[in-house]
Amino acid sequence: MTVSMPSRPVKRAAYRPSTELVPEILSGNVAAIARMITRAEAGYPEAAPALAEIYRHTGKAHVVGITGVPGAGKSTLVSSLIRAFASEGHKVGVVAVDPSSPFSGGAILGDRVRMSEAASSSQAFVRSMATRGHLGGLARSTLQAVDVLDAAGYSPIIIETVGVGQDEVEVVTAAHSIVVLSAPGLGDDIQAIKAGILEIADIHAVSKSDKPEAAVTVSALRGMMTLGSERAGSKWTPPVLAVSAVSGERLGELKDAISRHWSHLRESGELVERQRGICRTRILGAAKYLFQRKFDERAGEIGEHIQAVVNRDMDPAGAARLLLGWTNEGQAT
Amino acid sequence: MTEQAMGDAPDRDAATGTIRVLVAKLGLDGHDRGAKVVARILRDAGMEVVYTGLYKSPDEVVAAAVQEDVDVIGVSLLSGSHVPLFRELGRCLREQKADHIFVVAGGVIPEQDYAALWDSGVDAIVPQEARAELIVTTIRNLVAARGRI
Repeated sequence: MTVSMPSRPVKRAAYRPSTELVPEILSGNVAAIARMITRAEAGYPEAAPALAEIYRHTGKAHVVGITGVPGAGKSTLVSSLIRAFASEGHKVGVVAVDPSSPFSGGAILGDRVRMSEAASSSQAFVRSMATRGHLGGLARSTLQAVDVLDAAGYSPIIIETVGVGQDEVEVVTAAHSIVVLSAPGLGDDIQAIKAGILEIADIHAVSKSDKPEAAVTVSALRGMMTLGSERAGSKWTPPVLAVSAVSGERLGELKDAISRHWSHLRESGELVERQRGICRTRILGAAKYLFQRKFDERAGEIGEHIQAVVNRDMDPAGAARLLLGWTNEGQAT
Repeated sequence: MTEQAMGDAPDRDAATGTIRVLVAKLGLDGHDRGAKVVARILRDAGMEVVYTGLYKSPDEVVAAAVQEDVDVIGVSLLSGSHVPLFRELGRCLREQKADHIFVVAGGVIPEQDYAALWDSGVDAIVPQEARAELIVTTIRNLVAARGRI
């Protein structure tokens, strides 16, 4: 029992330099966009100058984060939103994140199953992305993928996080508008006043509104909002919308709320603050990643530091300072 | 940049890069237990598997494969209509300039149809009794032979 293969030679294809792909990306070439996202994910040093060039063409897109527990209906909702925005002539980008296996590193990326009809529209670009060990609900290169789509003229760009628990709120410093999707029947009003995921919502959506339990979830969320809802300094009050992908109920309202929030951010000036927050997180994230790579590449030198820490000649924070080149006393530990 | 001359495939090539596979069900074939088992096998081998769901047309599958930039499209077919469906898949791949993507066929495919599948651009046919490792090695060898793109 063996695998059969044809007698012709194995397919070949040349590696095209990343900088060659940039003009194609700017003119919207789907294959070039897809390839650049792959290279950003892989962290090829060769792609770094091209990504830097792409970044200079970004900043036009409205980036929308959709988050919620596993099975809340995020992919189904994204599918409905693609249709709603595309019908108004928008080119809609989607980056859908699913978890990688902590054991094999592999992943099943299943978000397209619920999006197939919308995703095959010529107005939409859907990319599935595995977390590859990154915690917080996104992948390390999610925002580089968003950059590529932004530069190619997609807006809105929807980031669908992994199914989150209560504390994976990284999306709050990744997107301009956050939709938190709650599923009916998952808890009482104590869940609703806890800290964490519910606090980050600019828009609350309750899925499966065709189910009777949805009304309870909506009233728990509305009750929570009466206790004060604004993020510090914002004049925006997050609406609570019960939606149903089955009946299509309120999907239009949700789309309008997302657009209204975008207008609010721009008119109130809050967008500036959000963008600064996103950039701050990205710089820090990139620094952590580069440090990690340096750590992996300099295994020999680091081995000596490890031995020094094992021998109690140095403490772990001291070794870290040495690696960073911070030899001064009195720096943060 | 210092690590890599422009134009060369980067160091992290096929040997360490993550292999991405699109597992698809084509046409009117509602049996996806096998496709899901294969998806799980590939996941456990460290690959990233995009699953499309049932009843896809060849052009939908190719459009998804291009956006996802996968290395391999794995198609399981049990319906008997593999000859025309793979022909159409091959045509869509060429049309969308995506024929660098390998096509691996599985399911129920009688040997007398193999020649027709080779003509359609299929790169490997995995018999239904194949063991998990065989599917994994086939994909790894194909991608390693081509290298990163």
